[in-house]
Amino acid sequence: MAATVNLPSVLARLAADQKSVQAAGSTLGEVVSDLTRRYPELGPRLRDEKGQPYPYVIFYVNDEDVRFQGGFQAPIRDGDEVVVVPAIAGG
Amino acid sequence: MHGTFDGKDAVKRTLPELTQEETLRYSRHLILPEVGLEGQKKLKAARVLLVGAGGLGSPLGLYLAAAGVGRIGLVEFDTVDLTNLQRQVIHGTKDVGRSKLQSAKERIHDVNPNVEVVGYETRLTSENALDIVRDYDLVVDGTDNFATRYLVNDACVLLGKPNVYGSIFRFEGQASVFATADGPCYRCLYPEPPPPGMVPSCAEGGVLGVLPGLVGLIQATETLKLLLGIGESLAGRLLLVDALGMKFRNVKLQRDPKCPACGTRELKALIDYQQFCSVRGREPEPEKIAELTPAEVAAKQARGEDFDLLDVREPHEWQIARLPGARLMPLATLGATLSQLDPNREIVVHCKLGGRSAKAVRQLQAAGFRRVWNMAGGIARWSQEVDSKVPRY
Repeated sequence: MAATVNLPSVLARLAADQKSVQAAGSTLGEVVSDLTRRYPELGPRLRDEKGQPYPYVIFYVNDEDVRFQGGFQAPIRDGDEVVVVPAIAGG
Repeated sequence: MHGTFDGKDAVKRTLPELTQEETLRYSRHLILPEVGLEGQKKLKAARVLLVGAGGLGSPLGLYLAAAGVGRIGLVEFDTVDLTNLQRQVIHGTKDVGRSKLQSAKERIHDVNPNVEVVGYETRLTSENALDIVRDYDLVVDGTDNFATRYLVNDACVLLGKPNVYGSIFRFEGQASVFATADGPCYRCLYPEPPPPGMVPSCAEGGVLGVLPGLVGLIQATETLKLLLGIGESLAGRLLLVDALGMKFRNVKLQRDPKCPACGTRELKALIDYQQFCSVRGREPEPEKIAELTPAEVAAKQARGEDFDLLDVREPHEWQIARLPGARLMPLATLGATLSQLDPNREIVVHCKLGGRSAKAVRQLQAAGFRRVWNMAGGIARWSQEVDSKVPRY
């Protein structure tokens, strides 16, 4: 299974400047692991030391909030689109 | 008489008549059937609280005033700085050094003298927020920090006022409408803030000047729709704005039944938001690091002391301004370039404001460097206290 992961520019910097990255996995957690393996600097920005999502970096699969779909256990199908949304506060 | 807000038809109080001048001024609204005379009267009766008269607050203040919102409350304690003018279009060059509140008030009155501006020259705090918010139909969040965003949200949830949200960073923004009758709140989206220092401020990270215009006007649009009771609000959706790709994306938001504010409602009063947004036991407070003021560093240089002055900013910042004798080694790649440094020499580290250099000092200490100092306040403070010819940015 491969998903397209869309990163905001602040995280794209840590993934060889790609705002859109293909990543493999049958769950969102596996997709995040695949990204972390390929872009080690990105890993700590996506999940904590225990491999759990942060409460201030939110994942959407096909525009649905994954916290209501099983979190990192949420299933990923070929062609799914993941969006990563970190909290920002500028105004 | 107080208005109530059911999310559908915002303002329910005796509607005021329009003067002849107002009828002419708002003619382009009046001929829109979706606004019309009734809608324009609703806007005249409406009370909107803007928290912040900065990047987002500037277009919000100007356009909500122009649109004829009857009363605009403004919470702002800051003064106008030259670095604000690249995006805070409600203020002008003549206003540098003045109170933002006074400057915004004057500009709004120039745009539309029919608008009543109520100023609150204070920080919004847990002590004053409920009293201030209570008098308004809705709140527009144009603040620039996490603590005030949680405060605005909680006050809105407790009082049942919609919270029109927007935030920006570099080239990207977010907008939504929180705390409507059935919709999610800010805490449903972000249950906890990032640890301090993880997300750079716009002063450190930068922001494209037009971006708050773009996002602020999305907030202004949502505000008018709520007040008029027309269209589909952003409640239940988060709008993601990418100015570089010029892409707009909607993702779905849901009310979290476990949300302490709008779900379980265990949050019954405002809390200490500085504490909520500080470490909160997640990680121990980092140990204090040794600091020198810019004046002390300059004095060391003047005495001819032998030490390395390390600049950990980015190359594009180095081009704007640099300190005499400094050596550029950006924080992002410090791990790879460390071996170029002599661990036995004394090292002073600086950046723009002192945050990144503090991280670099810790990194150097962890790598076995013993005589490392952070220059407090960075090159910005050097410019103010040592040499004003070093450009401030």
